[in-house]
Amino acid sequence: MKADTASPRRPLWQEKPSLFGQGGKTVAIVVISILVLYPFVAVLGTSLSSETEIAEHGGLVLWPAHPTLNAYRMIFTGSVVTRAVVVSLAITLAGTAFSLLITVPMAYALAQRRLVGRRFFLMAALFTMMFNPGIIANFLLVTNLGLSNSYWSLILPSLVSAFNLVILRSFFMGLPQELYDAASIDGAGDLRMLLRLVIPLSKGVIAVVTLFTAVGYWNEWFNALLYLNDSTKWPLAYVLRFYVDSGQSLVPPSVTADAGVAPQAVSMATVVVSIVPIVALYPFLQRYFTRGVLTGAVKG
Amino acid sequence: MSLWERVKRDRVLLAMLAPGFLFFLVFCYGALFGDIVAFEDYQPYTGFLGSAWTGLQNFSAVFADPVFWQSVRNTLVINGVALVLCFPAPLALALMLNSILSGKVRKFVQSVVYLPHFIGWTIIVALFEQVLGSGGAFTHLESALGLGSWSPMYSDGFFPFLLAFEAIWKDCGWGTIIFLAALMNIEPALYEAAALDGAGRRHRFTAVTLPAVMPVTVLLLILRLGTLLASGFQQILLQQGNVSLSSSQVIDTYVYSQGIASGNWGQAGAIALVETVVGLLLVLGANKVAHLFGQDGFYRRES
Repeated sequence: MKADTASPRRPLWQEKPSLFGQGGKTVAIVVISILVLYPFVAVLGTSLSSETEIAEHGGLVLWPAHPTLNAYRMIFTGSVVTRAVVVSLAITLAGTAFSLLITVPMAYALAQRRLVGRRFFLMAALFTMMFNPGIIANFLLVTNLGLSNSYWSLILPSLVSAFNLVILRSFFMGLPQELYDAASIDGAGDLRMLLRLVIPLSKGVIAVVTLFTAVGYWNEWFNALLYLNDSTKWPLAYVLRFYVDSGQSLVPPSVTADAGVAPQAVSMATVVVSIVPIVALYPFLQRYFTRGVLTGAVKG
Repeated sequence: MSLWERVKRDRVLLAMLAPGFLFFLVFCYGALFGDIVAFEDYQPYTGFLGSAWTGLQNFSAVFADPVFWQSVRNTLVINGVALVLCFPAPLALALMLNSILSGKVRKFVQSVVYLPHFIGWTIIVALFEQVLGSGGAFTHLESALGLGSWSPMYSDGFFPFLLAFEAIWKDCGWGTIIFLAALMNIEPALYEAAALDGAGRRHRFTAVTLPAVMPVTVLLLILRLGTLLASGFQQILLQQGNVSLSSSQVIDTYVYSQGIASGNWGQAGAIALVETVVGLLLVLGANKVAHLFGQDGFYRRES
C-alpha cells in the first residue's frame, strides 16, 4: 500500500479496507440512520396530509404532495392540546429551574474537600441510586403529603436526581484546585465562588444536566396518571397516552369528517407537537455529548 | 477544630446542600416508610397507624397467587430477551462508529442515534403504533405482498421482542457513549506497533480493540444483572392493552394493578417491599462482583 493513495485521515499503518467491508459499513450507516429517522419523518408527513392522501398511501405519508396545516389548526382550536402544551411548558420550566437551583449548589458543596460531614451527605445521596422505594411507597408518600391533584405532584417526586448530582460534582471536582485557592485568598466566599467562578466555567455540563432534567419533566406522564384526576391539569405526555396511544379520538369524529381532516393526522400532529421542543433544543446541546462531558462523570 | 467550629465555618456550604439533602430524606428515604403497608390491612381513610396489623398475611396471600408467579416468569423472560438483544447492540454500534474515519460523518451518525434517547415512552409508543400497528406502514406492506395482516404490536409471543426492539431503538445509540469513551482512550501507538509487527485488521481487533472494551463490557453486564427484577415499567404499562395479560404482566405492573388500580394496598406493598430489598441486594451483589473483577462498579470507595 502506498501512502499517497490512503485517505488523509487514515493512519499510515492502516490498510485500505476491502470494497466489501467499506460497502457494508456504508449500507449499515444508511440503514441505521433511516431506521431512526423514518418514524419521525413519517409522523411529520402524515400530520401534514389531507384525509384523501392518507387513505391513498395506506396510513403513512412520507412526503405529502399537498401539505396542509388543518390538523394543527384543529388541535389548537380545541382546548385539550392547547392547555396541555401550556401545562407541559410551565411544569418543564418551573421543574427544571427548581431542580437546578437545588442540585447545582448541592453538587458544589459536596465537591469541597473540607466540608464537614461530606462523606455522610455524599453517601446519603449516592445510596438513593441503589434502591427504589417503588410506586406504592411513592404514591402513599405523595398523597399523604396532600399533593394529589396539584402540579407539585409532577414536579417534586423527581426534583433532584443523584445521577445529575454526580455528573455536576465530578465536573466541579475536576476544576483546578488553584482556582479555588486563589479566589479564597481574594476573600471570595463560597456563594461568590460558585456564582462568579464555578458556574461560568461549567456552562457545558450545566447545559447537559439542564437538558436531562427538562426532557424528564417534558416526558413525564406516569405521575399525571397517578395523581391528576382533573383533566384540565394534564400535561401533553399524558394527553398523548390517554388519546393517541389508546386510540381515542382527540377531536370528535363528526368534526374531523366535516373538515376533511383524517383522525390519524390529528393524532400525528399531537405527536409532532410533543416532539418539537426536544428536537429544537437538541442541536444546541448535542455537541456536548460527543465531547465527553459525560463519560468522565458516568463512572464517578 | 471542633465539630461545632467546622459546622460554623461551613455554614454556607451546609445551607447550599440542605434543600437537596431534605429532598433525598423525604422522597427517597421517607418514602420507604410507605412500605409498612406490607404488614397491614391498609385502608387510606384509617391511615398507616389506624390500619389493622396483619403480620405476614399479605406475603402469604401474594405468594399463593398464581398471577404473581406468572408475572415473575414474564419479568424474567422479558429481561432475558432484552439482555440477549439489547446488551450487545450498543457495543456493536460503538465499534462501527469508531471505525468511521470521517469526523463529519461520525458526528452526524452520533447525533442521529442519540436523539431517540430523549423521546419519552408515550411518544415512542405512538410512533411504533403508527409504523407497526394496524393501518400502519408495516401491515400495509404485508397486505401488498399478500402476507396477511400480522402486526408485531398485538402478538403475545412477540411481545418481549417488541419491547426489546423499542428499547434498542430508543437507547442503543445512547449506550454507545461509554463504549466510545473506552475506544477513544486506546493509544494509537498500540495499533501502529501491532501493524508494524504484521498484525492484520482482524488480529489488531482481537489483540488491541477487544481487550480495551472488555472491562467496561464486563462491568455493564454485571450491573445489568443487578437490575434483573426491574423491567421497563412505563414501556410495558403503555402497551399492555395490546396483548393478553398472561404474557405482559410483570412484577411492576402486577404491583400497580394490585395496589393503585384495585386498592389492595397491603399485598401490593408486600411485593414492592420484596422488590426493593431484592433489587438492593442484587445491585450490592453486582457491585461486589464488579469489585472482585477489579472494577469500580456502581460506586467506589472515596479516596
